[in-house]
Amino acid sequence: MKISEETVDHIAHLARLEFEGESKDTIREDLNRIVEFIDKLKEVETDNVEPLIYMTDEVNRLREDDPKVTLTQDEVLKNAPKKDSDYFRIPKVLDK
Amino acid sequence: MLRTYADVKKKLSTGDTLMSILEGYLSAIEANKDLNAFLEVFESSAKEKAALVDEKIKNGTAGRLAGMVIGIKDNLCYKGHVVSASSKILEGFESLFTGTALERLLEEDAIIIGRLNCDEFAMGSSNENSAFGPVLNPANKKMVPGGSSGGSAAAVAAGLCTAALGSDTGGSIRQPASFVGAYGLKPTYGRISRHGLIAYASSFDQIGTFTNNIEDSALLLEVMAGEDEYDSTVSTRPVADYNNVSEVKNQRIAIIKEGYEMEGNDPEVKLAMDKLISGLKEQGHTVDLVSFPYLDYMVPTYYVLTTAEASSNLSRFDGVHFGHRSEKANGVEETYKKSRSEGFGPEVQRRIMAGTFVLSHGYYDAYYTKGQRVRRVIQDKTIAIFKNYDAIVLPTTPTTAFELNAVSDPIAMYLQDIYTVHANLSGNPAISLPMGKHSNGLPFGIQVIGDFFKEKEMFNFSRQLEKIYVN
Repeated sequence: MKISEETVDHIAHLARLEFEGESKDTIREDLNRIVEFIDKLKEVETDNVEPLIYMTDEVNRLREDDPKVTLTQDEVLKNAPKKDSDYFRIPKVLDK
Repeated sequence: MLRTYADVKKKLSTGDTLMSILEGYLSAIEANKDLNAFLEVFESSAKEKAALVDEKIKNGTAGRLAGMVIGIKDNLCYKGHVVSASSKILEGFESLFTGTALERLLEEDAIIIGRLNCDEFAMGSSNENSAFGPVLNPANKKMVPGGSSGGSAAAVAAGLCTAALGSDTGGSIRQPASFVGAYGLKPTYGRISRHGLIAYASSFDQIGTFTNNIEDSALLLEVMAGEDEYDSTVSTRPVADYNNVSEVKNQRIAIIKEGYEMEGNDPEVKLAMDKLISGLKEQGHTVDLVSFPYLDYMVPTYYVLTTAEASSNLSRFDGVHFGHRSEKANGVEETYKKSRSEGFGPEVQRRIMAGTFVLSHGYYDAYYTKGQRVRRVIQDKTIAIFKNYDAIVLPTTPTTAFELNAVSDPIAMYLQDIYTVHANLSGNPAISLPMGKHSNGLPFGIQVIGDFFKEKEMFNFSRQLEKIYVN
């Protein structure tokens, strides 16, 4: 299969990334090569094979659901690109 | 140069202070700045700790790692210190907590000397994908140190710290260890808690070590391994006494036939394998060539599954709560898109795109589920090998380190991991041992893959393997 420009746009939107002009051509070309590369898996017979999902044999390792403060509000806001004293600041969502 | 913990302890026993030992490492780092191994040296916290541990040594209350000076890959969280995953998207981000593995090292009085350069988000095999420049190979500065934990590998090989931590998702510890001539350990999946490791592909990622001998790898593993309430995938199995050395006899060793015979192997790597095989036989072990006809499917399977997991794990970098936010964006969606497109480098974007593609409607079953099925086949066949054999031995990499900028094709770069991804796909522990020097002057490693959670047996066998003279 060949990856179309529409597919690149669609995948980029899902991934919340932007590609324009030359970088869009490059990523499209890369994806085409990658698809060709991973199409190799079709050669492996897997008819009665269950997908391998969990890499550990630990079952339901749960801890007590005790509420505790692991981070303070100051700590949570510490790395924010923009903040108020109490909030994360985000760009305006609605125009008046 | 203090290359091992034994070297450090010897110095301490002759009356040197840990502070003076730390100073020695700090000047070595300064003298080797051109390697670009360290992104940041934690000088003040390291000195603070050294003073404290010197006091403890005097009082006879020091922990098991007193004197061990450790560098950490720039994807491990250490409270109050910057961690960036070598990415612009996290530039200046400060850890709010210390990850479990690191916490355990600190509790035993290790000193954390700084954070080490790596490929961005641990994606790469040459350390050329770092937003903060490539790392040079101390064995030959024209060459890459391998990746993604290239800074960790270079630092240990150049004697800039006693040991270093890395993470291994498809070979990111073992391949660079091979390229620089160090010991690189990837434990069994789930042996060490991943809490505090910036996630790349969660069903593959494992924290591991770079050292200059087996003993130090074993000691660090023993301290870091084991149950942790912050990682539900970590194993609750008891941790073994990995340095309780015993001579192993009559081991049954499998050599993967397809890897051994692969045309891309450097002739000198092949020759080293041949010498090892005869050496092992002389030691009384049984060595068989075992067919494992999945070599060509390893990297594609790895690539489908890790990119899928990465696309999900890296969705947290949204420019809202932490990390880079684009100045140009209007509204929420643009904030996401522009922040991510400006913050992530090309290889990370490529993998996010590939991962999003294999998870997208219409392709999910054909690629993602298919990849999980092939992974099961690979794991089942690996388990079957370990029913009859105690260890698998194979080269770590087909060749020695390559020159900077020599591999520009992404797929050729992915194939660097051809011998290392096996252990990540199946979950087995594996170690790369420095095995020889090529006539081109560069080191290369041989890899031992062990059975699940049998790191102790793997170390003991590796100790014997090391006795065989290769060149």
